[in-house]
Amino acid sequence: MTVETTEPTPHLPDRLRAALGLTPVAPHYFFYRHRAWVRIAHWLNALCLAILLMSGLGIFNAHPALYWGNGSNFDHPILSLTATADDSGAVTHGWTWIFEKPHDTTGFLGASRQDGEMTARGFPVWATLPGPQWLAMARQWHFAFAWILAINGVLFLIYALVSGHIRRDLAPTGRELGHLPREIVDHIRLKFPHGEAARRYNALQKLAYCFVLFILGPLIVLTGLTMSPTMDAAFPFLPWIFGGRQSARTIHFLCAFSFLAFFVIHIAMVVLSGTWNNLRSMITGWYAIRTERRREPERPIKEDMA
Amino acid sequence: MTDRRTFLGRALAGSSTLLLSGCYDLSQKPWFTGLLGQVENLSRTAQHIFAGPHTLAPEYSRADIAPVFRANGTLDPGTPDYAAHVASGFKNWRVTIGGLVDHPLSLSMDGIRKRPSRTQITRHDCVEGWSCIGEWTGAPLAPLLAAAGPKPDARYVIFYCADPMTAEGDPEHYYYESLDLTEAMHPQTILAYRMNGQELPVAHGAPVRLRAERQLGYKQPKYVQRIELASDFSHVGAGKGGYWEDLGYTWYGGI
Repeated sequence: MTVETTEPTPHLPDRLRAALGLTPVAPHYFFYRHRAWVRIAHWLNALCLAILLMSGLGIFNAHPALYWGNGSNFDHPILSLTATADDSGAVTHGWTWIFEKPHDTTGFLGASRQDGEMTARGFPVWATLPGPQWLAMARQWHFAFAWILAINGVLFLIYALVSGHIRRDLAPTGRELGHLPREIVDHIRLKFPHGEAARRYNALQKLAYCFVLFILGPLIVLTGLTMSPTMDAAFPFLPWIFGGRQSARTIHFLCAFSFLAFFVIHIAMVVLSGTWNNLRSMITGWYAIRTERRREPERPIKEDMA
Repeated sequence: MTDRRTFLGRALAGSSTLLLSGCYDLSQKPWFTGLLGQVENLSRTAQHIFAGPHTLAPEYSRADIAPVFRANGTLDPGTPDYAAHVASGFKNWRVTIGGLVDHPLSLSMDGIRKRPSRTQITRHDCVEGWSCIGEWTGAPLAPLLAAAGPKPDARYVIFYCADPMTAEGDPEHYYYESLDLTEAMHPQTILAYRMNGQELPVAHGAPVRLRAERQLGYKQPKYVQRIELASDFSHVGAGKGGYWEDLGYTWYGGI
């Protein structure tokens, strides 16, 4: 074993090295973590959810208010985005009304800049698809990608059930659920499983994926269908279970933002637990696993020096 | 560090703009909008399979009726012709049923009111996203169409309205709409002349409007004057089957 005196890269804490995606310090081997059909379904979902969220906000902007019940009680919305103008008619302020209490959200919600000019619009132009207000086109994008998401979701569920992916990889066991408090604390402290433990999803991950797969996904599809008058004729129980068409629209909106929250946390976890290793595994399938240091006879130089 | 943050911020904003303008450009490309049109056919076919020709839209109780039913689109056609009809209490208003039929009809408002009527408390869903519940009374369209005797090649029912959408006198720009024969013959499809127990107000389409309860609001034209049965609708307006369809909205309005 030769000892080098100069380090090829500046010395960085392991966790930061991992986050930056630099070669793991410890020896590692590659583990085939995601099969091709999981990877394809994953990226298709990512594309669909991005387009659905943004076209959905475009649709929402046509009437940026939410209600509870079957009809719209225009005087008492749960949430509404409005704009106010000065005497010359120029839009000056945007307001977000939550339970009829106004909050000044100028520049973001209610009124924001479009081509440099303050414009009355619910969500800003950078958040909607297509950018400028165009309800007819936003609806067409939304329905097209809703079909892709639904078909992809159903195929994924069927295959995941048949192949044992759900039983083997996604359903948390009783023992794992017992470790949940410990895992929550670890996640808050940004301590993630590594080594052999990283071969499997942890209980928090499993719960998050199961929540999206079995609750959030079906809920957003069903509340979406409830907004269609023809579907309400076909399945009258739909508006009934959600407490009315406008309630379904409100739940649909909340589900969309739950997906957004899931996405934000998901990306944060990907970055914090090793961006490139995670990305590589979701693109090529291969995930690098650090082997236990104690059992490794050939240790890298830096470890020896430490 | 600040530089990097500015750079990252700009890169993010730049790529999102690129993505968005990409989507905007795609929305103008015929091949792409054609693809989206195929999705519309898929939605229509799937919904027809699940809904069938006879399932009814939910009906509600009097207690559910909206205190304020929003009037949308044209609130008053505003033409001298229409004003004269209002002044005379729509005494001379006629609704004609023609086109691909064996026996063209011309009905007065009294004639329509004397027909068997249906009263339904239903939910009106606007394409914008809001809903209002109201009570409607009118003559079911199916027996009227049956009386006119559709020819075998009649597939669509086109409704011509009295409200001009642009400069007056331009016949192409009066409001019009179309339904397929299945939706037109649906039991809840009525020529409504009463709303919430009163004469239909001008803002809601006096003297008579269409109610097609499994469809969005824009498929339910107001101020109906002429009904034409046809094998297609390419000869009307821009040929897309309705005023809003000509402006890019989907012809299928069940979703």
